[in-house]
Amino acid sequence: MDTELTRLTAAELAAAMAAGEVSAVEVTEAHLARIEAVEARLHAFLYVAADRARAVARRVDDRRAAGDVLGPLAGVPLALKDVFTTTDMPTTCGSRILDGWQPPYDATVTRRLRQAGMVILGKSNMDEFAMGSSTENSAFGPSHNPWDLRRVPGGSSGGSAAAVAGFEAPLGIGTDTGGSIRQPAAVCGIVGVKPTYGGSSRYGLVAFASSLDTPGPLARTVLDAALLHEAMSGHDPCDSTSVDAPAPPVVAAARQADVSGLRIGVVPELSGDGYQPGVLARFTEAVELLESLGAKVAEVSCPHFGYALPAYYLIAPSECSSNLARFDGMRYGLRVGDDDTRSAEEVMSLTREAGFGPEVKRRIMLGTYALSSGYYDAYYGKAQQVRTLITRDFEAAFEQVDVLVSPTTPTTAFPIGERADDPMAMYLADLCTIPSNLAGNAALSVPCGLAPEDGLPVGLQIMAPVLADDRCYRVAAAVQAALDSRRGGPLLAGAHGLDTGDAS
Amino acid sequence: MSAPTTTDVVPFEDAVARYDPVIGLETHVELGTNTKMFCGCANRFGGEPNSLVCPVCLGLPGSLPVVNRAAIEYTIRIGLALNCSIASWCRFARKNYFYPDMPKNFQISQYDEPLCTDGWLDVTVHDTPDGQPRAVRVEIERVHLEEDTGKSLHMGGATGRIHGADYSLVDYNRAGIPLVEIVTKPVTGTGELAPAAARAYVAELRDLLRALGVSDVRMEEGSLRADVNLSLKPTGATEFGTRTETKNVNSLRSVERAVRYEIERQAAVLDAGQRVVQETRHFQESTGTTSRGRSKEEAQDYRYFPEPDLVPLAPPADWVEEIRAHLPELPAARQARLQAEWGLSDKDMAALHNAGALDLVAETVVAGASPAGARKWWLGELARTANDSGTDLAGLRITPADVARVSALVESGALTDRLARQVIEGVLAGEGTPDDVVAGRALAVVSDDTALTAAVDEAIAGNPDVAEKVRGGKVAAAGALVGVVMKATQGKADASRVKQLILDRLGQA
Amino acid sequence: MSLARAEVAHLARLSRLALGEEELDHFASQLDQIISAVARVQEVAADQIPPMTHAVPVTNVFREDVELPCLGPGQALSQAPAVEQQRFRVPRILAED
Repeated sequence: MDTELTRLTAAELAAAMAAGEVSAVEVTEAHLARIEAVEARLHAFLYVAADRARAVARRVDDRRAAGDVLGPLAGVPLALKDVFTTTDMPTTCGSRILDGWQPPYDATVTRRLRQAGMVILGKSNMDEFAMGSSTENSAFGPSHNPWDLRRVPGGSSGGSAAAVAGFEAPLGIGTDTGGSIRQPAAVCGIVGVKPTYGGSSRYGLVAFASSLDTPGPLARTVLDAALLHEAMSGHDPCDSTSVDAPAPPVVAAARQADVSGLRIGVVPELSGDGYQPGVLARFTEAVELLESLGAKVAEVSCPHFGYALPAYYLIAPSECSSNLARFDGMRYGLRVGDDDTRSAEEVMSLTREAGFGPEVKRRIMLGTYALSSGYYDAYYGKAQQVRTLITRDFEAAFEQVDVLVSPTTPTTAFPIGERADDPMAMYLADLCTIPSNLAGNAALSVPCGLAPEDGLPVGLQIMAPVLADDRCYRVAAAVQAALDSRRGGPLLAGAHGLDTGDAS
Repeated sequence: MSAPTTTDVVPFEDAVARYDPVIGLETHVELGTNTKMFCGCANRFGGEPNSLVCPVCLGLPGSLPVVNRAAIEYTIRIGLALNCSIASWCRFARKNYFYPDMPKNFQISQYDEPLCTDGWLDVTVHDTPDGQPRAVRVEIERVHLEEDTGKSLHMGGATGRIHGADYSLVDYNRAGIPLVEIVTKPVTGTGELAPAAARAYVAELRDLLRALGVSDVRMEEGSLRADVNLSLKPTGATEFGTRTETKNVNSLRSVERAVRYEIERQAAVLDAGQRVVQETRHFQESTGTTSRGRSKEEAQDYRYFPEPDLVPLAPPADWVEEIRAHLPELPAARQARLQAEWGLSDKDMAALHNAGALDLVAETVVAGASPAGARKWWLGELARTANDSGTDLAGLRITPADVARVSALVESGALTDRLARQVIEGVLAGEGTPDDVVAGRALAVVSDDTALTAAVDEAIAGNPDVAEKVRGGKVAAAGALVGVVMKATQGKADASRVKQLILDRLGQA
Repeated sequence: MSLARAEVAHLARLSRLALGEEELDHFASQLDQIISAVARVQEVAADQIPPMTHAVPVTNVFREDVELPCLGPGQALSQAPAVEQQRFRVPRILAED
C-alpha cells in the first residue's frame, strides 16, 4: 500500500483523500517510509521534518472530518528547496554560512503552501545559494540521480528533483535563475517549470540574482505541476516585483493538452556543437510528434541567443555579489575568528572565507569586478543591453509562433565529479535555459524520452511569452500524454538507479 | 618647506582677503513619516534597542523592500519648495560597502537618477558686518531619497568614538528610516560671509522643512545632519581648489565654526605651498576645529547599480501638481507677507530675525496684540531679560498670549509701562498669567480720580514751596509733586494723569 | 583582458574574502578564463539600446504609510552570534563611516 501511494500523482492522491479512500496521515507516512528507505542513497533532503509533517497531515484529516472546505492539494506532501525561509525548520541555502539558521519569518511561498494544507516533508538539497547545475556545490554533499546514483540530479534545485524522481514526494518546489528547475527536471526525467518572472513571490526566497530568481514547481506529471503552480502563484504586496495579475490558467491548459493549429518555433541557435547526439535525436522526435499532433512547426532564429550565456554570467554574479554581502557574521549565521582582538573587517573576511564554497566566491568576485567603476559600462551595463536584445528576439519570435522549443540542456546527467573543477564546462548546462531567465518569460521542461547512448532522460523545453505560462502546459501535456501512451506507461517506471541498490 | 601641522591657521580676515571660499552643503533629513522607507516598522525616535525592526530593515536573508508612498510625497514636496524639477522617471540604486550598521552591507539610495534636480533656495544673511542683510541664492544640485543606517555604540575606548574602541554594539531601530539628501551646487562669492552664509542656509532650510511638515528637523536628535564642504581659490581665480568634507557638524553654530576653521586651516596649507588633501574631516565640538578622518587606502568605489528589487518611480504629473497645490506658505513668502502687513523696513525685519523674535511676534499678533506692541515687548523688556539670564527668547517662561495680554492692558490704560514690567517679571517668576499677577500683586493702575485727588492735595499741602513755583508758571516743577504722589500710591498711579490733576489744581491746566 | 593575481587579491579584499595564497592563484586563472568568455558581450553593438532591468515594465509600486507588526528584540537578536545591552555585539570597527 505504501509503495503504491508513493507511485500516485499529486492529483490522484488529492482525489483519493477527498474521496475518503485514504487519509492524509497515511499518505505522509508512506512518503516518510520511502524517505527512510532511499534517502541515504539519494541525499535529496537536508532536513526532514517528520513529526511536523505528521502533525500537519493530522490537522488536514481533522479539518476534512469536520466538513471544512479544503484546497485542491490539501494533505499532499512536497519537498521545499532549502532556499525558502521556514520558521519551524532550518534554512541553510546549502551553505555553511547559514548552518543552523532558524529564520524568524516564513517565505510567502511557504505561507501559501501551509494555507493550502500541504505537507512540507522537509527542506531539499541545493547548490550553495542556488549557484550551480549539479548540487555538487552544496556544502553538505551532492544529491544523486535516481536513474543512476553515480550521476548528478542537476541543479541548483537538484534535491527537489531527486526527491520527486525518487518518489520521496509527488511534488517539489525549486527556484530557477538560469535553469535551476528545468535542467534538474530534464536530467531526472520529470516536469519542471519556470513561471513568468514575478509569478510567485520572492519574499522569503534568499536572493541569488534578484532580477532572475523565480520560484516554480517540479512534478512527475504536467497536471501536477500545474496544480502546484497555481497554489504557489499570486501577487504579493511584500514583493515589489511580483506580478499584479491573476495566474495564467495553467490547470485548464494542462487538462486541455491539444496542440492542433498551434504554431511552434524551433530555435536554431539552441542546437549544434556541444549537444549530445541522443539529446538532439530525442528533441527532433519530439518536434515531429508535435507536428503529428497537429502543430505547425517552423524555424525561428533568435540571433542574440548566443550572447545569453555571457550576459547571464555577468548579470547574475553582479547581483549576487551584492545580495550575499549581508552574510558577514555580524547578525546571524557563522562567525569565525572573533577573538576579541580582530577587527570587524577581519572577522567578516574570515567568516566569508570559511562559510562560502568556491563557486560562490568565484561569482562574488566576478560580480564585484563587473560592477567596478571603470568596468561597469563594458560588463554589467553591456550585459543589460544584451538582455534587452534577447527580450526583443523573443518578442519578434512570438509574433511568428505561439511557443518556442529546444532541448532543455545539451547533455544528459553527467557523472558526479566530471565538471566539478571546470566552471566553464558546468556553465554550459544552462545554455538553453538562460534566455528565458533574461527575458523573464515562461518556460517548462517535459521529459521526451531517454538518450539511446546512455539510457538517461532527455528534456524538451517549451518557451512561451510573458504571462502566457498556460501555453507551456498545453504543449507539455500533449507531449507527455502522447509519449506515455506510446511507451505504455510513465517514463519514470524505467528509472532503476534505486532498485539495484547502486550506491555512488 | 615643512608641512604645516594640523594646528596651523591663518587668521580669518587675512584668509578671506586673499582667498575666495567656495562652500557646499550636504544635508540629510530624516523624514517624519509614520513608518520606515521600505517596511512597516514605526519611524520613532528613542525606542528600546532593536524593538522597531523586522526582517526587511534587518536585512534578513530573503527580505525585500517596498517603497513608502508618503516618503515619495514628502520628497517631492521638498523638491518643489526648493524649485527643483521632479524626475518623470527614476530608479533607486544600491550603494555597496561593508559596515556593521548597514544590515545588508549595501544602502538603497539613488545614484545617477535622483528624484529632484536643479533648484535653489534664496537665503538672507542677517549677521553681516554692516548690519545690512545680504541675499544669497544657493543653488540645489539634487534631492534624493535613501534609507538611514543603524546606530553603533563604540565600547571600551576613552572617548566613545571608534578610535580606540574594543568593540561596538549596534541598534537597528534607525535602520531603514527614510532619509532625504539635499546637495547644493558650489556656492561662490560669499567671501567673508561664507561661515554666516552656510549657517543661514542650513537655518533657512531647516525652517523650510519644518514649515513643509516633512520632518521635525532636530539637529540635536540627528533628524537634520549637515556635512560641510569647503575649498579655497586665490581671490579672482576661476578654477576651484581641492575641497574637504567635514562631518559631525551637529548644530547651526558648528556649521559656521566648521566653515570658518576650514578657511583658516586651508589658507595655512596653501600659504605654505602645500596641497589641500581631499579628505573627510571630523568637526570637534569642544575646540571648534576639524581633524583628519581615518585615512582610506583608496577612494571608495560603491559599485552602484539599479536596485533590482524595486521598480522605477514615475510620479504622474497630476500627482506632482496636487502636491504643489497643497504646499503650505513657505517661510520666505510668509516673512515677506508679515513685513508688508506690519509695515517694517528691511532693517527692522533683520532685527527681529537676529533676536529670534519673528515667530514669537507673529504669534503674539495672532493672539491679539498690535504688531508695534508685540515688537515693543519682545525686542525690549523680554530681550533684555533673556540676555541677562543667558537664554534665548524662546526659552523664556512667557507665552505670546501672555505678552498679547500685557500689551492690551497697557494700551487700554489699565497698566502703565512700569507696572507692565512688573507683571512680566511676575509671569516669568511663575506666578501665573498676567491677570493672576495683577491681582496677586495688586498692580492695577490707580485710576480712581477721587483717590488720586486726595493724594494730589496731600502732596500740594506737604510741599508748599514747590506748589508756589508751579502756580507761578514753572510747570516743570510739577514733576517733583508727581514723584511724591507716585510714592504715596506705590507707583500704581498713572503718572501723566497725576501730572494733569496737579496742574489742574494749581491753575496751570 | 587578463586578470593579474594582484587584481584578484584586490577583488577579494573588496568582497571581504580572506583567500589563502593557493586559492588566489587558483581563482586567478579561473576568473581570467571566465572574464574572457563573458567579455563576448562587448561584440554586440548596442549603442541606442536601453539597458533592461525588469521582465515586466511596471512602475510605482508602493505601500501605504501604515504601521505593521514588527519582530520583538528577542526574535531580532535570537540568532545573533553575540549580544550585549540588547544590541548586536560586533568586533571593533576600523573604518570611519
